[in-house]
Amino acid sequence: MKRLILWLPLALFLAFLAVVAVRLGGKQDPSIRSQLIGKPMPEFALKAAAPGHPGLSAADLRTGQPRLLNVFGSWCIPCQVEAPQLLALKARGVPIDAVAIRDRPEDVAHFLARHGDPFQRIGDDPQSRVQFALGSSGVPETFVVDGKGIIRHQHVGEIRPENVPALIAAWEAAK
Amino acid sequence: MIAETGLAALWLAAAMSLLQLAFGMAALRPAGAELLRAVRPVAVAQALLVGLAFLLLIQLFLRTDLSVLLVATNSHSAKPWLYKFAGAWGNHEGSMLLWVAVLAAAGAAVALFERRLPERTLVATLTAQAAIGLGFYAFLLFASNPFERLFPVPPEGKGLNPLLQDPGLAFHPPTLYVGYVGISVAFSFAVGALVTRDVGPAFARAMRPWVLAAWIFLTLGITAGSYWAYYELGWGGWWFWDPVENASLMPWLAATALLHSVSVLATRDGLRAWTVMLAVVAFSMSMVGTFLVRSGILTSVHSFAVDPQRGAFILALLALYIGGALALFGLRVGTVKEGATFEPVSREGALVANNLLLSAILGIVLVGTLYPLLVEAVGGGKLSVGAPYFNAAAGPLALVLVLIMGAGPLLRWRRDRLGEVARRLLAPIAILALAAGAVFALAPGIRILPLLGLVLAFGIGAASLAPLWKRNLRRTPLFTWGMVISHLGIAVSLGGMASEAAFTKEVLVAARPGETVQVGPYQIRFDGVEPVAGPNWTAIEAKLTASRGGSPFVLRPQARTFSSPPTQTSEAHIATRLDGQLYTVIGPEDGGGRWQLRLWWKPFVTLIWLGGGLVALGGLLALIGRVRRGGRKARGGEADA
Repeated sequence: MKRLILWLPLALFLAFLAVVAVRLGGKQDPSIRSQLIGKPMPEFALKAAAPGHPGLSAADLRTGQPRLLNVFGSWCIPCQVEAPQLLALKARGVPIDAVAIRDRPEDVAHFLARHGDPFQRIGDDPQSRVQFALGSSGVPETFVVDGKGIIRHQHVGEIRPENVPALIAAWEAAK
Repeated sequence: MIAETGLAALWLAAAMSLLQLAFGMAALRPAGAELLRAVRPVAVAQALLVGLAFLLLIQLFLRTDLSVLLVATNSHSAKPWLYKFAGAWGNHEGSMLLWVAVLAAAGAAVALFERRLPERTLVATLTAQAAIGLGFYAFLLFASNPFERLFPVPPEGKGLNPLLQDPGLAFHPPTLYVGYVGISVAFSFAVGALVTRDVGPAFARAMRPWVLAAWIFLTLGITAGSYWAYYELGWGGWWFWDPVENASLMPWLAATALLHSVSVLATRDGLRAWTVMLAVVAFSMSMVGTFLVRSGILTSVHSFAVDPQRGAFILALLALYIGGALALFGLRVGTVKEGATFEPVSREGALVANNLLLSAILGIVLVGTLYPLLVEAVGGGKLSVGAPYFNAAAGPLALVLVLIMGAGPLLRWRRDRLGEVARRLLAPIAILALAAGAVFALAPGIRILPLLGLVLAFGIGAASLAPLWKRNLRRTPLFTWGMVISHLGIAVSLGGMASEAAFTKEVLVAARPGETVQVGPYQIRFDGVEPVAGPNWTAIEAKLTASRGGSPFVLRPQARTFSSPPTQTSEAHIATRLDGQLYTVIGPEDGGGRWQLRLWWKPFVTLIWLGGGLVALGGLLALIGRVRRGGRKARGGEADA
């Protein structure tokens, strides 16, 4: 038993190597099909997460116009990285709402002041309830929701510049 | 010609490391004893050659030689000279060259100054160091050549990332690298001792000063990096749990644990296998950190040029070195006899608790940093965890750790009685209780972690001074002073963190010129904005007049626009006072003549970095104390206590 424990660090390290090697070698496909694609947005109603923005409920997403829903946190570093891409999407006329995960209003305000503000409504999700209801376990994630509130597309991880055309296409397709 | 000379020096250095490896392996065979003496000079020659290559790269940057690809992509002729100089390591290739140069210099320092280790173990150590070096030379020469030429020669360079255009860049990465890579010596010592089966107090005493030296630089590097991020990122925060920050924190946690376990091994001959393990882990964390940052598989605000091929190369090196060392550990450490045993309530017991807690925090940071990879491995996409996870998971453990740090130095070796310990801790406990009362009275609504942080900062600050109580201060050994000052530094830093978390006042306003804003105790008048220009940037500069009773003073935060590459940054203006800092940032105009101002009053925030400085200073005193005593002992002087 004792001898086996001595090999445990090596075993853990090899597991790490395997995970990383797969990640390095594998092709990156950021869009995976969530269970919810093609289904209506789960019902929720969230308070406002930042001054100057109204809160967000599922009804707010059924506007007859397709919209993006960005799940983010001011503490999340990839969310900072994707901020310019969200601004670019906004500039292309895409309406974007957001859910702020485990955040504080002043932090969200600083985040928007520093990285730009692409959002119309921002819901405050302090316990990650809505996030989990959406089948999302981390940030950032972005959903395309059509005019009837049905989820059409999901993007996991930060939006990189090369992902913008695909998101615009998904948004156009949801019209 | 400079670039070609540099490349030649790099190749020669690589050849020297191969020679060092070959000599070392031959010398460790029974028949190779006469080769033992050849290894040290080769190690020194290797360091001189790679040092020359690095100096030549700096020369290329100072001249802005645009026929060199690296200079053309990362520098610009209009840059101030300090940033041309520092630009040499503000990019992937240059920083890897610095990495290897530090590795070779650490090996050469061991070759020149280490006299306590048995010669066979020393040669095994230098052989391990050469093996590490060889892989990274190959990485530089085949996958990251810093001296590559560019043709046709462009008329102008692309410039340096403006965030990096800061005096901090000149000092922060080299300091961090000396610590980061210097800890490779501990790794090589551990491998050397496993090869010669020579793990014991003598090995620990020989390794301790090297660990201390690397740890001092790591501490300084992390402290400086934190302050740099604080004033340069213009966000008011001092730690972001960014993968790059974690990559420097993890080796520090492991090295701190190692520093304490090596004391047990040196003094009481305990924790043999554990100490060897930590020595391997500390540098492994440095290498894993380098890999995570350079391969681009984790998203970070510190971006380097990302290249999966380079990632694969470093991954292969990791597999070879870390895998090899851990396999050697599994094979050999069973034959290392466990040393002396001890009671739970004892100095050793406290140090073991320290080690377990530091390791647990290290595990938390590692899991949090790798979380995006773990989630992706089970098919969940690429997701990130941030400050909420790290603070909630690591914060409470860190506070328990600080508590043990206060009591540990007052415990006797081998066995102590709880009643006795409590008596020695009477004064600190009284101060702790007083602090708790005062904080409750003065700040009733305070959150739990900042509350505990503040109370512990006072109590543990007092406890950390207790080892000096009733001692003749002039006869107290320097390394005891070092321990006291380092522990006090932790308490001071903790106080700063807790105060910043509990008492910061922040205001985000859109203000017209002439308006006045209240932030904490300060009245701040926004006088207006004016354009200003620097060597390669233009900026909008706000004029803010701040006062609280006494004479007013002016702050001038800027929003800068750099020309090459075109980028915008905000330059915070920070006014430091004895009781805190006033931190001001100007944002964009809203179109209606109002400017976005972000203002913070952060009471006692400077203690965070002052504490970090004290921790490093304590390390330096301990190092001087250890080296002096070691020297005396080598000359047959007084015995080690």
